[in-house]
Amino acid sequence: MSFITVNNLWKEYGDQVILENLNLSVKQGEFCTLVGASGCGKSTFLKMLLGQETQTRGELLLEGEAFPGEPDRNRGIVFQRYSVFPHLTVRQNVLMGLELEQKPWLGKLFGSARKEALEKVDAMLESVGLSPSANKWPHELSGGMQQRLAIAQSLIMRPRVLLLDEPFGALDPGIRGDMHDLLLKLWQETGTTIFMVTHDLKEGFYLGTRLLVFDKVRNDPHDPQAFGATITYDLPIGQTDRKLFDDINQSVAETARNQAA
Amino acid sequence: MRMINHHPGRVSATLLGLLPFLLIMLVYSLASQERLAENPNDKLLPGLEQMTAAVDRMAFQEDRRSGDYLMWQDTTASLARLGMGVGIAASLALVVGILNGVLPLVRANLAPLVSALSMVPPLAILPILFIVFGLGELSKVMLIVIGTAPIMMRDVAQRVRELPGEQLIKIQTLGANSWQVITRMALPQVLPRLIDAVRLSLGPAWLFLIAAEAIASTEGLGYRIFLVRRYLAMDVILPYVIWITILAIVIDQCLRLANRRLFPWYNAGGH
Repeated sequence: MSFITVNNLWKEYGDQVILENLNLSVKQGEFCTLVGASGCGKSTFLKMLLGQETQTRGELLLEGEAFPGEPDRNRGIVFQRYSVFPHLTVRQNVLMGLELEQKPWLGKLFGSARKEALEKVDAMLESVGLSPSANKWPHELSGGMQQRLAIAQSLIMRPRVLLLDEPFGALDPGIRGDMHDLLLKLWQETGTTIFMVTHDLKEGFYLGTRLLVFDKVRNDPHDPQAFGATITYDLPIGQTDRKLFDDINQSVAETARNQAA
Repeated sequence: MRMINHHPGRVSATLLGLLPFLLIMLVYSLASQERLAENPNDKLLPGLEQMTAAVDRMAFQEDRRSGDYLMWQDTTASLARLGMGVGIAASLALVVGILNGVLPLVRANLAPLVSALSMVPPLAILPILFIVFGLGELSKVMLIVIGTAPIMMRDVAQRVRELPGEQLIKIQTLGANSWQVITRMALPQVLPRLIDAVRLSLGPAWLFLIAAEAIASTEGLGYRIFLVRRYLAMDVILPYVIWITILAIVIDQCLRLANRRLFPWYNAGGH
Protein backbone atom coordinates (compact mmCIF):
# COMPACT_ATOMS: atom_id res chain seq x y z
CA MET A 1 0.00 0.00 0.00
CA SER A 2 1.27 3.46 -0.81
CA PHE A 3 1.98 6.00 1.90
CA ILE A 4 -0.20 8.80 0.58
CA THR A 5 -3.06 8.08 -1.82
CA VAL A 6 -5.13 10.65 -3.66
CA ASN A 7 -8.22 9.36 -5.44
CA ASN A 8 -10.30 11.50 -7.76
CA LEU A 9 -9.86 14.58 -5.57
CA TRP A 10 -11.79 17.80 -6.22
CA LYS A 11 -11.61 21.15 -4.48
CA GLU A 12 -14.14 23.88 -5.18
CA TYR A 13 -15.00 27.19 -3.59
CA GLY A 14 -18.58 27.83 -4.73
CA ASP A 15 -18.47 28.09 -8.53
CA GLN A 16 -14.72 28.33 -8.55
CA VAL A 17 -13.00 25.02 -9.28
CA ILE A 18 -9.45 24.86 -7.93
CA LEU A 19 -8.49 21.23 -8.39
CA GLU A 20 -10.21 18.66 -10.53
CA ASN A 21 -9.83 14.94 -10.65
CA LEU A 22 -6.49 14.63 -8.92
CA ASN A 23 -4.97 11.15 -8.69
CA LEU A 24 -1.67 10.43 -7.05
CA SER A 25 0.15 7.81 -5.08
CA VAL A 26 3.28 8.64 -3.12
CA LYS A 27 5.66 6.20 -1.41
CA GLN A 28 7.23 6.87 1.96
CA GLY A 29 10.48 8.82 1.69
CA GLU A 30 9.73 10.45 -1.66
CA PHE A 31 10.64 14.10 -2.24
CA CYS A 32 7.97 15.65 -4.46
CA THR A 33 8.21 19.13 -5.89
CA LEU A 34 4.96 20.79 -6.90
CA VAL A 35 5.20 23.44 -9.61
CA GLY A 36 2.65 25.42 -11.59
CA ALA A 37 1.27 28.89 -12.21
CA SER A 38 -0.23 30.89 -9.33
CA GLY A 39 -3.82 29.91 -8.67
CA CYS A 40 -3.32 26.35 -9.92
CA GLY A 41 -3.98 24.77 -6.57
CA LYS A 42 -0.46 23.76 -5.46
CA SER A 43 -0.79 25.57 -2.15
CA THR A 44 -4.37 24.39 -1.73
CA PHE A 45 -3.21 20.81 -2.18
CA LEU A 46 -0.46 21.41 0.38
CA LYS A 47 -3.04 22.83 2.81
CA MET A 48 -5.10 19.68 2.39
CA LEU A 49 -2.07 17.55 3.19
CA LEU A 50 -1.58 19.76 6.26
CA GLY A 51 -5.17 19.47 7.44
CA GLN A 52 -5.93 23.15 7.02
CA GLU A 53 -8.36 22.56 4.15
CA THR A 54 -10.63 19.65 3.27
CA GLN A 55 -11.48 18.32 -0.16
CA THR A 56 -14.90 18.85 -1.72
CA ARG A 57 -14.97 15.39 -3.28
CA GLY A 58 -12.68 12.37 -3.51
CA GLU A 59 -10.30 10.69 -1.15
CA LEU A 60 -7.07 11.76 0.51
CA LEU A 61 -5.53 8.90 2.46
CA LEU A 62 -2.50 8.51 4.69
CA GLU A 63 -1.65 4.81 4.90
CA GLY A 64 -5.22 3.97 3.97
CA GLU A 65 -6.79 6.25 6.60
CA ALA A 66 -8.45 9.63 5.97
CA PHE A 67 -6.18 12.60 6.69
CA PRO A 68 -6.67 14.16 10.14
CA GLY A 69 -8.78 17.32 9.86
CA GLU A 70 -6.39 19.61 11.71
CA PRO A 71 -2.62 20.09 11.73
CA ASP A 72 -0.73 17.71 14.01
CA ARG A 73 2.79 16.82 15.03
CA ASN A 74 3.19 14.23 12.25
CA ARG A 75 3.15 16.85 9.52
CA GLY A 76 5.72 19.63 9.71
CA ILE A 77 5.39 22.84 7.75
CA VAL A 78 7.71 25.61 6.60
CA PHE A 79 6.11 28.71 5.07
CA GLN A 80 7.75 31.39 3.01
CA ARG A 81 7.68 33.72 6.04
CA TYR A 82 6.50 33.92 9.68
CA SER A 83 7.31 30.29 10.42
CA VAL A 84 9.36 30.99 13.56
CA PHE A 85 8.37 32.58 16.84
CA PRO A 86 9.76 36.11 17.21
CA HIS A 87 9.62 36.03 21.02
CA LEU A 88 11.92 33.02 21.35
CA THR A 89 15.62 32.73 20.63
CA VAL A 90 16.89 30.32 17.98
CA ARG A 91 17.50 27.61 20.57
CA GLN A 92 14.15 28.12 22.29
CA ASN A 93 12.39 27.99 18.92
CA VAL A 94 13.79 24.52 18.22
CA LEU A 95 13.24 23.39 21.80
CA MET A 96 9.57 24.40 21.66
CA GLY A 97 8.24 21.23 20.01
CA LEU A 98 9.99 18.92 22.47
CA GLU A 99 8.65 20.95 25.39
CA LEU A 100 5.10 20.96 24.06
CA GLU A 101 5.20 17.21 23.55
CA GLN A 102 6.56 16.33 26.99
CA LYS A 103 4.70 18.86 29.12
CA PRO A 104 1.05 19.25 28.08
CA TRP A 105 0.30 21.70 30.91
CA LEU A 106 3.47 23.59 31.67
CA GLY A 107 4.76 23.59 28.10
CA LYS A 108 8.27 24.03 29.51
CA LEU A 109 11.07 21.68 30.48
CA PHE A 110 13.33 22.05 33.50
CA GLY A 111 16.41 20.43 34.96
CA SER A 112 17.82 17.25 33.45
CA ALA A 113 14.91 16.78 31.02
CA ARG A 114 15.65 20.22 29.61
CA LYS A 115 19.34 19.46 29.41
CA GLU A 116 18.68 16.27 27.50
CA ALA A 117 16.33 18.05 25.11
CA LEU A 118 18.85 20.84 24.58
CA GLU A 119 21.43 18.30 23.48
CA LYS A 120 19.08 17.22 20.71
CA VAL A 121 18.40 20.85 19.88
CA ASP A 122 22.08 21.67 19.61
CA ALA A 123 22.70 18.67 17.38
CA MET A 124 19.87 19.81 15.13
CA LEU A 125 21.21 23.38 15.04
CA GLU A 126 24.63 21.98 14.16
CA SER A 127 23.24 20.07 11.19
CA VAL A 128 21.47 23.13 9.76
CA GLY A 129 24.51 25.32 10.43
CA LEU A 130 22.96 27.58 13.05
CA SER A 131 25.15 26.74 16.06
CA PRO A 132 26.90 30.14 16.09
CA SER A 133 23.50 31.90 16.20
CA ALA A 134 21.93 29.68 18.87
CA ASN A 135 21.22 32.53 21.27
CA LYS A 136 20.11 35.15 18.76
CA TRP A 137 16.57 36.41 18.22
CA PRO A 138 14.96 35.49 14.89
CA HIS A 139 14.87 39.14 13.75
CA GLU A 140 18.65 39.19 13.99
CA LEU A 141 18.89 36.41 11.40
CA SER A 142 18.97 36.78 7.62
CA GLY A 143 16.08 35.38 5.57
CA GLY A 144 18.02 32.23 4.73
CA MET A 145 18.96 31.59 8.36
CA GLN A 146 15.34 32.08 9.43
CA GLN A 147 14.31 29.39 6.96
CA ARG A 148 17.05 27.08 8.28
CA LEU A 149 15.60 27.67 11.72
CA ALA A 150 12.06 26.94 10.54
CA ILE A 151 13.25 23.67 8.99
CA ALA A 152 15.15 22.68 12.14
CA GLN A 153 12.13 23.51 14.27
CA SER A 154 9.96 21.15 12.22
CA LEU A 155 12.48 18.35 11.74
CA ILE A 156 13.28 17.96 15.44
CA MET A 157 9.77 16.50 15.79
CA ARG A 158 10.70 13.81 13.22
CA PRO A 159 7.46 14.42 11.27
CA ARG A 160 6.33 11.72 8.85
CA VAL A 161 5.68 14.35 6.20
CA LEU A 162 7.45 17.67 5.78
CA LEU A 163 5.53 20.30 3.81
CA LEU A 164 7.34 23.28 2.34
CA ASP A 165 5.30 26.17 0.90
CA GLU A 166 7.63 28.17 -1.34
CA PRO A 167 10.24 28.07 1.41
CA PHE A 168 12.98 29.76 -0.62
CA GLY A 169 10.79 32.17 -2.60
CA ALA A 170 12.02 35.23 -0.72
CA LEU A 171 15.73 34.35 -0.73
CA ASP A 172 18.61 35.53 -2.91
CA PRO A 173 19.60 33.09 -5.69
CA GLY A 174 22.99 32.27 -4.14
CA ILE A 175 21.46 31.51 -0.75
CA ARG A 176 18.83 29.42 -2.46
CA GLY A 177 21.52 27.06 -3.80
CA ASP A 178 22.90 26.55 -0.28
CA MET A 179 19.41 25.85 1.01
CA HIS A 180 18.87 23.22 -1.70
CA ASP A 181 22.03 21.42 -0.62
CA LEU A 182 20.96 21.58 3.02
CA LEU A 183 17.48 20.31 2.27
CA LEU A 184 18.76 17.36 0.24
CA LYS A 185 21.22 16.49 3.00
CA LEU A 186 18.52 16.59 5.69
CA TRP A 187 16.14 14.58 3.53
CA GLN A 188 18.75 11.86 3.05
CA GLU A 189 19.53 11.81 6.77
CA THR A 190 15.94 11.68 8.03
CA GLY A 191 14.14 9.82 5.22
CA THR A 192 11.12 12.08 5.70
CA THR A 193 8.57 12.33 2.91
CA ILE A 194 8.75 15.86 1.54
CA PHE A 195 6.30 17.93 -0.50
CA MET A 196 7.66 21.23 -1.69
CA VAL A 197 5.67 23.90 -3.53
CA THR A 198 7.69 26.23 -5.71
CA HIS A 199 7.04 28.34 -8.72
CA ASP A 200 10.62 28.17 -9.78
CA LEU A 201 10.44 25.42 -12.40
CA LYS A 202 14.22 24.98 -12.42
CA GLU A 203 14.17 24.30 -8.69
CA GLY A 204 11.55 21.63 -9.25
CA PHE A 205 13.55 20.08 -12.06
CA TYR A 206 16.49 18.85 -10.09
CA LEU A 207 15.47 18.85 -6.42
CA GLY A 208 13.96 15.69 -5.03
CA THR A 209 12.75 12.50 -6.66
CA ARG A 210 9.55 13.46 -8.37
CA LEU A 211 8.16 16.48 -10.15
CA LEU A 212 4.42 17.18 -10.14
CA VAL A 213 3.20 19.89 -12.50
CA PHE A 214 -0.16 21.45 -11.62
CA ASP A 215 -1.77 22.94 -14.67
CA LYS A 216 -5.11 23.49 -16.33
CA VAL A 217 -5.93 21.17 -19.17
CA ARG A 218 -9.07 23.04 -20.17
CA ASN A 219 -9.47 26.75 -20.20
CA ASP A 220 -12.50 28.91 -20.82
CA PRO A 221 -11.27 32.38 -21.85
CA HIS A 222 -14.54 33.97 -20.70
CA ASP A 223 -14.51 32.31 -17.31
CA PRO A 224 -10.99 31.50 -16.09
CA GLN A 225 -12.33 29.93 -12.86
CA ALA A 226 -14.66 27.46 -14.57
CA PHE A 227 -12.08 24.68 -14.82
CA GLY A 228 -9.69 23.50 -12.17
CA ALA A 229 -6.10 22.40 -12.39
CA THR A 230 -4.85 18.86 -12.21
CA ILE A 231 -1.51 17.11 -12.38
CA THR A 232 -0.42 17.31 -16.01
CA TYR A 233 3.10 15.92 -15.63
CA ASP A 234 4.28 13.42 -13.05
CA LEU A 235 7.96 12.86 -13.72
CA PRO A 236 10.72 11.05 -11.94
CA ILE A 237 13.62 13.44 -11.59
CA GLY A 238 16.77 12.57 -13.50
CA GLN A 239 14.96 11.59 -16.68
CA THR A 240 14.18 15.10 -17.70
CA ASP A 241 15.60 16.90 -20.68
CA ARG A 242 15.68 20.40 -22.05
CA LYS A 243 12.82 19.86 -24.48
CA LEU A 244 10.50 18.71 -21.73
CA PHE A 245 11.49 21.64 -19.54
CA ASP A 246 10.62 24.06 -22.35
CA ASP A 247 7.29 22.33 -22.99
CA ILE A 248 6.27 22.52 -19.35
CA ASN A 249 7.54 26.05 -19.02
CA GLN A 250 5.49 27.17 -22.00
CA SER A 251 2.33 25.44 -20.85
CA VAL A 252 2.60 26.87 -17.32
CA ALA A 253 3.29 30.35 -18.64
CA GLU A 254 0.25 30.17 -20.91
CA THR A 255 -1.99 29.14 -18.02
CA ALA A 256 -0.59 31.99 -15.95
CA ARG A 257 -1.48 34.44 -18.73
CA ASN A 258 -4.99 33.03 -19.03
CA GLN A 259 -5.44 33.30 -15.28
CA ALA A 260 -4.39 36.94 -15.34
CA ALA A 261 -6.57 37.81 -18.34
CA MET B 1 13.18 72.08 -1.89
CA ARG B 2 9.78 70.81 -0.81
CA MET B 3 8.71 71.37 2.80
CA ILE B 4 8.21 67.62 3.27
CA ASN B 5 11.93 67.07 2.66
CA HIS B 6 13.20 69.56 5.24
CA HIS B 7 14.41 67.65 8.27
CA PRO B 8 15.61 69.43 11.43
CA GLY B 9 18.96 68.47 12.94
CA ARG B 10 19.25 67.18 16.50
CA VAL B 11 19.80 70.54 18.15
CA SER B 12 17.26 72.43 16.12
CA ALA B 13 14.70 69.66 16.71
CA THR B 14 15.16 70.06 20.46
CA LEU B 15 14.91 73.82 20.23
CA LEU B 16 11.82 73.63 18.03
CA GLY B 17 10.26 71.26 20.54
CA LEU B 18 11.00 73.57 23.47
CA LEU B 19 9.78 76.69 21.73
CA PRO B 20 6.01 76.23 22.32
CA PHE B 21 6.62 75.60 26.04
CA LEU B 22 8.71 78.76 26.37
CA LEU B 23 6.13 80.77 24.44
CA ILE B 24 3.30 79.64 26.72
CA MET B 25 5.35 80.52 29.79
CA LEU B 26 6.26 83.89 28.34
CA VAL B 27 2.67 84.79 27.45
CA TYR B 28 1.47 83.61 30.87
CA SER B 29 4.07 85.54 32.84
CA LEU B 30 3.46 88.75 30.87
CA ALA B 31 -0.28 88.48 31.44
CA SER B 32 0.23 87.60 35.08
CA GLN B 33 2.60 90.54 35.65
CA GLU B 34 0.16 92.93 34.06
CA ARG B 35 -2.74 91.81 36.25
CA LEU B 36 -0.63 91.77 39.40
CA ALA B 37 0.63 95.29 38.66
CA GLU B 38 -2.97 96.47 38.65
CA ASN B 39 -4.06 94.44 41.65
CA PRO B 40 -1.44 92.67 43.84
CA ASN B 41 -4.19 90.42 45.29
CA ASP B 42 -5.31 89.12 41.90
CA LYS B 43 -6.11 85.41 42.09
CA LEU B 44 -6.71 84.48 38.48
CA LEU B 45 -3.17 84.53 37.11
CA PRO B 46 -0.84 83.99 40.10
CA GLY B 47 2.86 84.64 39.59
CA LEU B 48 5.68 82.20 40.22
CA GLU B 49 6.12 83.57 43.73
CA GLN B 50 2.53 82.87 44.77
CA MET B 51 2.62 79.40 43.25
CA THR B 52 5.85 78.40 45.03
CA ALA B 53 4.36 79.67 48.27
CA ALA B 54 1.27 77.56 47.66
CA VAL B 55 3.31 74.44 46.83
CA ASP B 56 5.41 75.01 49.95
CA ARG B 57 2.23 75.27 52.02
CA MET B 58 0.57 72.20 50.46
CA ALA B 59 3.56 69.89 50.17
CA PHE B 60 6.11 70.83 52.81
CA GLN B 61 4.11 72.11 55.78
CA GLU B 62 1.69 70.24 57.97
CA ASP B 63 -1.91 71.17 57.45
CA ARG B 64 -3.03 73.23 60.43
CA ARG B 65 -6.30 71.37 60.79
CA SER B 66 -5.33 67.73 60.14
CA GLY B 67 -1.55 67.74 60.59
CA ASP B 68 -1.03 66.00 57.21
CA TYR B 69 1.12 66.99 54.27
CA LEU B 70 -1.84 67.45 51.93
CA MET B 71 -0.19 67.23 48.53
CA TRP B 72 1.54 63.93 49.35
CA GLN B 73 -1.58 62.54 50.91
CA ASP B 74 -3.57 63.49 47.79
CA THR B 75 -0.89 62.00 45.54
CA THR B 76 -0.72 58.62 47.29
CA ALA B 77 -4.51 58.37 47.50
CA SER B 78 -4.92 59.13 43.79
CA LEU B 79 -2.08 56.89 42.65
CA ALA B 80 -3.39 53.99 44.71
CA ARG B 81 -6.82 54.30 43.06
CA LEU B 82 -5.31 54.71 39.61
CA GLY B 83 -2.93 51.78 40.04
CA MET B 84 -5.61 49.47 41.36
CA GLY B 85 -8.11 50.44 38.68
CA VAL B 86 -5.71 50.14 35.77
CA GLY B 87 -4.18 46.96 37.23
CA ILE B 88 -7.54 45.21 37.50
CA ALA B 89 -8.58 46.47 34.06
CA ALA B 90 -5.34 45.23 32.47
CA SER B 91 -5.65 41.78 34.08
CA LEU B 92 -9.25 41.46 32.89
CA ALA B 93 -8.25 42.66 29.45
CA LEU B 94 -5.49 40.07 29.25
CA VAL B 95 -7.73 37.14 30.18
CA VAL B 96 -10.80 38.12 28.17
CA GLY B 97 -8.77 39.49 25.25
CA ILE B 98 -6.68 36.35 24.84
CA LEU B 99 -9.66 34.02 25.13
CA ASN B 100 -11.54 36.16 22.61
CA GLY B 101 -8.58 36.23 20.29
CA VAL B 102 -7.64 32.56 20.40
CA LEU B 103 -10.88 30.63 20.82
CA PRO B 104 -13.52 31.15 18.10
CA LEU B 105 -16.26 29.80 20.38
CA VAL B 106 -15.51 32.30 23.13
CA ARG B 107 -15.22 35.05 20.55
CA ALA B 108 -18.67 34.30 19.17
CA ASN B 109 -19.96 34.31 22.73
CA LEU B 110 -18.22 37.33 24.27
CA ALA B 111 -17.03 39.68 21.55
CA PRO B 112 -20.45 41.34 20.95
CA LEU B 113 -20.85 41.95 24.68
CA VAL B 114 -17.38 43.48 24.97
CA SER B 115 -18.05 45.70 21.95
CA ALA B 116 -21.35 46.87 23.43
CA LEU B 117 -19.81 47.52 26.86
CA SER B 118 -17.02 49.58 25.35
CA MET B 119 -19.66 51.90 23.86
CA VAL B 120 -21.30 52.69 27.22
CA PRO B 121 -20.12 56.14 28.37
CA PRO B 122 -18.53 55.30 31.74
CA LEU B 123 -19.40 58.62 33.36
CA ALA B 124 -23.07 57.97 32.64
CA ILE B 125 -22.97 54.96 34.94
CA LEU B 126 -21.01 56.71 37.69
CA PRO B 127 -24.21 57.34 39.68
CA ILE B 128 -25.02 53.63 39.45
CA LEU B 129 -21.57 52.83 40.79
CA PHE B 130 -22.05 55.21 43.70
CA ILE B 131 -25.42 53.62 44.46
CA VAL B 132 -24.16 50.05 44.17
CA PHE B 133 -20.67 50.33 45.66
CA GLY B 134 -21.21 53.30 47.99
CA LEU B 135 -19.10 56.43 48.10
CA GLY B 136 -15.92 54.65 49.22
CA GLU B 137 -12.81 53.60 47.32
CA LEU B 138 -14.51 50.74 45.48
CA SER B 139 -16.76 52.92 43.33
CA LYS B 140 -13.82 55.06 42.16
CA VAL B 141 -11.70 52.04 41.28
CA MET B 142 -14.67 50.43 39.54
CA LEU B 143 -15.20 53.53 37.41
CA ILE B 144 -11.61 53.29 36.15
CA VAL B 145 -12.01 49.55 35.52
CA ILE B 146 -15.29 49.95 33.65
CA GLY B 147 -13.96 52.90 31.74
CA THR B 148 -10.74 51.32 30.51
CA ALA B 149 -11.16 47.52 30.53
CA PRO B 150 -13.54 46.98 27.56
CA ILE B 151 -11.36 48.97 25.16
CA MET B 152 -8.23 47.16 26.34
CA MET B 153 -10.04 43.82 25.96
CA ARG B 154 -10.84 44.64 22.35
CA ASP B 155 -7.31 45.82 21.76
CA VAL B 156 -5.73 42.65 23.19
CA ALA B 157 -8.09 40.42 21.20
CA GLN B 158 -7.23 42.38 18.06
CA ARG B 159 -3.49 42.02 18.75
CA VAL B 160 -3.87 38.27 19.21
CA ARG B 161 -5.72 37.98 15.92
CA GLU B 162 -3.00 40.00 14.19
CA LEU B 163 -0.39 37.34 14.97
CA PRO B 164 0.48 35.70 11.64
CA GLY B 165 -1.74 32.73 10.80
CA GLU B 166 1.42 30.84 9.84
CA GLN B 167 2.49 30.84 13.50
CA LEU B 168 -0.79 29.33 14.62
CA ILE B 169 -0.43 26.51 12.06
CA LYS B 170 3.22 26.03 12.91
CA ILE B 171 2.65 25.57 16.63
CA GLN B 172 -0.08 23.03 15.89
CA THR B 173 2.35 21.04 13.75
CA LEU B 174 4.66 21.04 16.79
CA GLY B 175 1.90 19.26 18.66
CA ALA B 176 0.52 22.13 20.77
CA ASN B 177 -2.91 21.79 22.39
CA SER B 178 -5.18 24.85 22.77
CA TRP B 179 -3.84 25.64 26.22
CA GLN B 180 -0.27 25.58 24.95
CA VAL B 181 -1.20 27.81 22.03
CA ILE B 182 -2.35 30.35 24.62
CA THR B 183 0.53 30.02 27.06
CA ARG B 184 3.43 29.58 24.65
CA MET B 185 2.35 31.62 21.64
CA ALA B 186 -0.40 34.16 22.36
CA LEU B 187 0.35 35.25 25.94
CA PRO B 188 4.07 35.98 25.63
CA GLN B 189 3.59 37.86 22.39
CA VAL B 190 0.65 39.87 23.63
CA LEU B 191 2.20 41.04 26.92
CA PRO B 192 4.29 43.85 25.39
CA ARG B 193 1.25 44.88 23.39
CA LEU B 194 -0.78 44.96 26.60
CA ILE B 195 1.71 47.40 28.10
CA ASP B 196 1.22 49.61 25.05
CA ALA B 197 -2.54 49.37 25.54
CA VAL B 198 -2.15 50.34 29.21
CA ARG B 199 -0.12 53.38 28.21
CA LEU B 200 -2.90 54.51 25.91
CA SER B 201 -5.55 53.87 28.58
CA LEU B 202 -3.82 55.98 31.20
CA GLY B 203 -5.26 59.19 29.75
CA PRO B 204 -8.88 58.04 30.15
CA ALA B 205 -7.99 56.46 33.51
CA TRP B 206 -6.86 59.84 34.88
CA LEU B 207 -10.03 61.42 33.53
CA PHE B 208 -12.26 58.92 35.34
CA LEU B 209 -10.19 59.18 38.51
CA ILE B 210 -10.46 62.95 38.72
CA ALA B 211 -14.14 62.90 37.83
CA ALA B 212 -14.89 60.40 40.59
CA GLU B 213 -12.76 62.29 43.12
CA ALA B 214 -14.40 65.58 42.24
CA ILE B 215 -17.84 64.21 43.02
CA ALA B 216 -17.31 62.16 46.16
CA SER B 217 -14.05 62.03 48.05
CA THR B 218 -12.16 63.34 51.05
CA GLU B 219 -8.68 63.28 49.59
CA GLY B 220 -6.98 62.95 46.22
CA LEU B 221 -5.59 65.25 43.57
CA GLY B 222 -8.92 65.68 41.80
CA TYR B 223 -10.73 66.27 45.07
CA ARG B 224 -8.26 69.03 46.04
CA ILE B 225 -8.51 70.84 42.73
CA PHE B 226 -12.29 70.93 42.89
CA LEU B 227 -12.22 71.88 46.58
CA VAL B 228 -9.97 74.93 46.23
CA ARG B 229 -11.87 76.05 43.12
CA ARG B 230 -14.39 77.52 45.55
CA TYR B 231 -11.75 80.04 46.69
CA LEU B 232 -10.51 80.67 43.12
CA ALA B 233 -7.15 79.34 44.38
CA MET B 234 -5.40 79.23 41.01
CA ASP B 235 -2.08 79.26 42.88
CA VAL B 236 -2.93 75.70 44.06
CA ILE B 237 -4.81 74.47 41.01
CA LEU B 238 -2.09 75.26 38.48
CA PRO B 239 0.76 73.49 40.38
CA TYR B 240 -1.58 70.51 40.94
CA VAL B 241 -2.34 70.29 37.23
CA ILE B 242 1.37 70.48 36.41
CA TRP B 243 2.08 67.83 39.05
CA ILE B 244 -0.56 65.49 37.60
CA THR B 245 0.93 66.00 34.16
CA ILE B 246 4.42 65.18 35.45
CA LEU B 247 3.10 62.03 37.15
CA ALA B 248 1.39 60.95 33.94
CA ILE B 249 4.57 61.47 31.92
CA VAL B 250 6.70 59.59 34.45
CA ILE B 251 4.32 56.62 34.56
CA ASP B 252 4.15 56.52 30.77
CA GLN B 253 7.92 56.59 30.39
CA CYS B 254 8.39 53.93 33.09
CA LEU B 255 6.04 51.63 31.18
CA ARG B 256 7.86 52.34 27.93
CA LEU B 257 11.22 51.51 29.50
CA ALA B 258 9.84 48.40 31.20
CA ASN B 259 8.54 47.25 27.84
CA ARG B 260 11.97 47.67 26.27
CA ARG B 261 13.75 45.90 29.09
CA LEU B 262 11.36 43.00 29.48
CA PHE B 263 10.72 42.32 25.80
CA PRO B 264 13.90 43.02 23.83
CA TRP B 265 12.61 41.13 20.80
CA TYR B 266 9.50 43.30 20.57
CA ASN B 267 11.13 46.69 20.34
CA ALA B 268 13.93 45.65 18.02
CA GLY B 269 11.48 45.00 15.20
CA GLY B 270 10.94 41.34 16.02
CA HIS B 271 7.22 41.40 15.35
